[in-house]
Amino acid sequence: MTKNSRWVNVGFQIAALVLALLFTSLILLAAGAPPLEAYKNIVTGAFGSFKKFSDVLVSWVPLLLVSAGLLVTFATGLWNIGVEGQITLGAIATTWALRELQDTGLSPSLILFLAILAGMAGGAVWALLAGALKTFGGVNEIFGGLGLNFVATALTIYLIFGPWKRPGVASMSGTEPFDEALHLSLFPELRLSPWALVIAILAIVFVYFLLQGTYFGLRLKAVGKNFRAAYLLGVPTWQYMMLSFLICGALAGIAGAMQVTAVYYRLIPSISSGYGYLGLMVAMLVNYQAIWAAPVALFFAALNIGSIQLPIVLKLDSSLSGVLQGMLVLFVLIVEGVRQRIARRS
Amino acid sequence: MRKSLLTVFAALTVLSLILSACGTPATEVPEPTEAPATEAPEPTEPPAATEAPATEPPAEEQFVFGMLLVGPYNDHGWSQAHYEAGLYVEEKLGAKMIYLDKVNPADRPGTTPDQLAEELVSQGAKLVIFNSDDMKDASTTFAKAHPEINVIMASGDQVWPDGKAYEAIPNMVNIMGRMEYGKMMAGCAAALSTKTGQIGYLGPLINDETRRLAASAYLGAKYCWTEYAGKDAADLKFKVTWIGFWFNIPGFTSDPTQVANDFINTGYDVIISGIDTTEGLTEAKKASEAGKEVFAVPYDFIGSCEEGASVCLGVPYFNWGPAYLETITAAKEGTFESNFQWNGPDWSDINNLETTAVGFVKGDALSPEASAQMDEFIAALAGGLNLWTGPINLQDGTAYLADGEVGTDQQIWYLPQLLEGMEGQSVPQ
Repeated sequence: MTKNSRWVNVGFQIAALVLALLFTSLILLAAGAPPLEAYKNIVTGAFGSFKKFSDVLVSWVPLLLVSAGLLVTFATGLWNIGVEGQITLGAIATTWALRELQDTGLSPSLILFLAILAGMAGGAVWALLAGALKTFGGVNEIFGGLGLNFVATALTIYLIFGPWKRPGVASMSGTEPFDEALHLSLFPELRLSPWALVIAILAIVFVYFLLQGTYFGLRLKAVGKNFRAAYLLGVPTWQYMMLSFLICGALAGIAGAMQVTAVYYRLIPSISSGYGYLGLMVAMLVNYQAIWAAPVALFFAALNIGSIQLPIVLKLDSSLSGVLQGMLVLFVLIVEGVRQRIARRS
Repeated sequence: MRKSLLTVFAALTVLSLILSACGTPATEVPEPTEAPATEAPEPTEPPAATEAPATEPPAEEQFVFGMLLVGPYNDHGWSQAHYEAGLYVEEKLGAKMIYLDKVNPADRPGTTPDQLAEELVSQGAKLVIFNSDDMKDASTTFAKAHPEINVIMASGDQVWPDGKAYEAIPNMVNIMGRMEYGKMMAGCAAALSTKTGQIGYLGPLINDETRRLAASAYLGAKYCWTEYAGKDAADLKFKVTWIGFWFNIPGFTSDPTQVANDFINTGYDVIISGIDTTEGLTEAKKASEAGKEVFAVPYDFIGSCEEGASVCLGVPYFNWGPAYLETITAAKEGTFESNFQWNGPDWSDINNLETTAVGFVKGDALSPEASAQMDEFIAALAGGLNLWTGPINLQDGTAYLADGEVGTDQQIWYLPQLLEGMEGQSVPQ
């Protein structure tokens, strides 16, 4: 790629951002709200203080983990919509392990370690189910994944109202919170766990090297780019697909484990917090390049946290950040389409 | 193929987001009719609040208090009752309220109430009200992490020295109304109006609070059924169906609309609501318009009969204003002290909004005869009638209060089961 065309590309991306902002502003105006004021509040809400920024990072951790996992499935050409359910199963497995081990007298750090491993396994198993449905059942992973998401939610609700209920209580508030010893340690005064942060960063670095620097990654991408050609060239295609499901599921499972051990300290019905769907948007937005996943996920997390200020200050709904996120993805895709069309013509 | 799929998916995502966002701002904008006096000064300079929350305003420093509402601020139920109390305090004290509604894991994914409380503090709040049992743990976390901020945890029992979960948290006050009386009145109105002798109680989630309130409604119903209607207690059917949360969260709770219709379709002709929202009333109204004779008793908010006045027997409501005013005034003046309040009605006038914590307004659907009997019942309660007097058995038949024994606050607050004669789950299965 020439230097010139790279700058053109950047220009296109900026155009997409501007268009997204413009469109969101129009929606704001239609709702009778001042757009600039709204954006300013989002920015101060996310970066106004160190503590707020640390809250952004709390939200960044699961999002980055999920995005990292999705980069792997996307590389293999898979639409792993089931990632929501994989986060949930990770959380369920973590909760299960914590419940089983909390009274055993093992050291809390060991219990936490095992619980996070259980979360990984839970997410991975759920992803493999979607993979098996695709490989052996011929069920498109989008539909299989969606179905499994519903099952995961149903399972969570069953556990919370059933076997794992708080004594005398049936509420979707969640299970009994775990003892403080079983919380991942936090930075003093913050809600951010250094462990969670480190794990998330390791995950994205791992995926980056996996996809950019290994033969394994190359083969994954070969499967994604041209399934048939990869098969003819001797790549064991379905095995690679299953492996990419496995990796993504494991990372999503860790995200679920982090939600339980570092954010909510219990299982709640919406434990996945929509990070799976948000992660899909991040992965699309970065055009499947791992290097951009961290900053874009940070940007999305900042929108999530910053937008909490909107209802407080401007009486606007917080879902505005979702509109902006969606707009961004849409315009980046449109602009990319336009760019390719122009490139083809010239 | 992949590209087009991707575009379709993205377009659908964006579309759904736009729709959801366009739908909500309309409901978020406070209706001008509801709060003219207090909201009016604000629009003149809204930026001031955002730019310099911490710095001193030019005039006398206005006390800012924050409120976290579990549901929408205009839910015609639990959350709105709190919101209106906030407006009352704004007016009486010249204080300023900032609030965040829909504070629950489904509506605000990825956040915790203690984190959201800090968002209010960052906008200048010196006191934060947590309005739901669902935020109880988070309110404790927040209060301990922020000893300089005063906390009101409504409906909680953390700082009740006689409570089961007592903790000394110097910057926290628990406030709750003795809604047991309101529920007894609700039950009475239902028993005096039912033709089939079947009363349905639309319950939220199961815990101490909801058990004792459902049980109180039953006690009121049974009393009026036997004393005023002169019927046999055994002929009264009282069934509780729980939806799993304080209000409907599609996909997570049972649908209260459906529960209400199940009641109506199986011969229950009065629905007493125990949930934060008004589905019981609106469904009863629909059924009544379709020719059925069905009544409803909503809950929580003084104005909630409005949505179905023709079928509304009355509403037991919370009036949080006076207690909030007292506690917030103390916080402003620096005399805030941790305490537990379980405030009863002002028996001299249960609908005096300056004094009462709990009230009951009668609805249009209450017959004149029933209305007169209700007055008699309320007067009896005011005169010392206590329906929490034995013999009272729990649902499984074990004796709870012996003959003549009067239930203590602890026995009522921590009621372990529904009562004998009530149908429905006592504890989660």
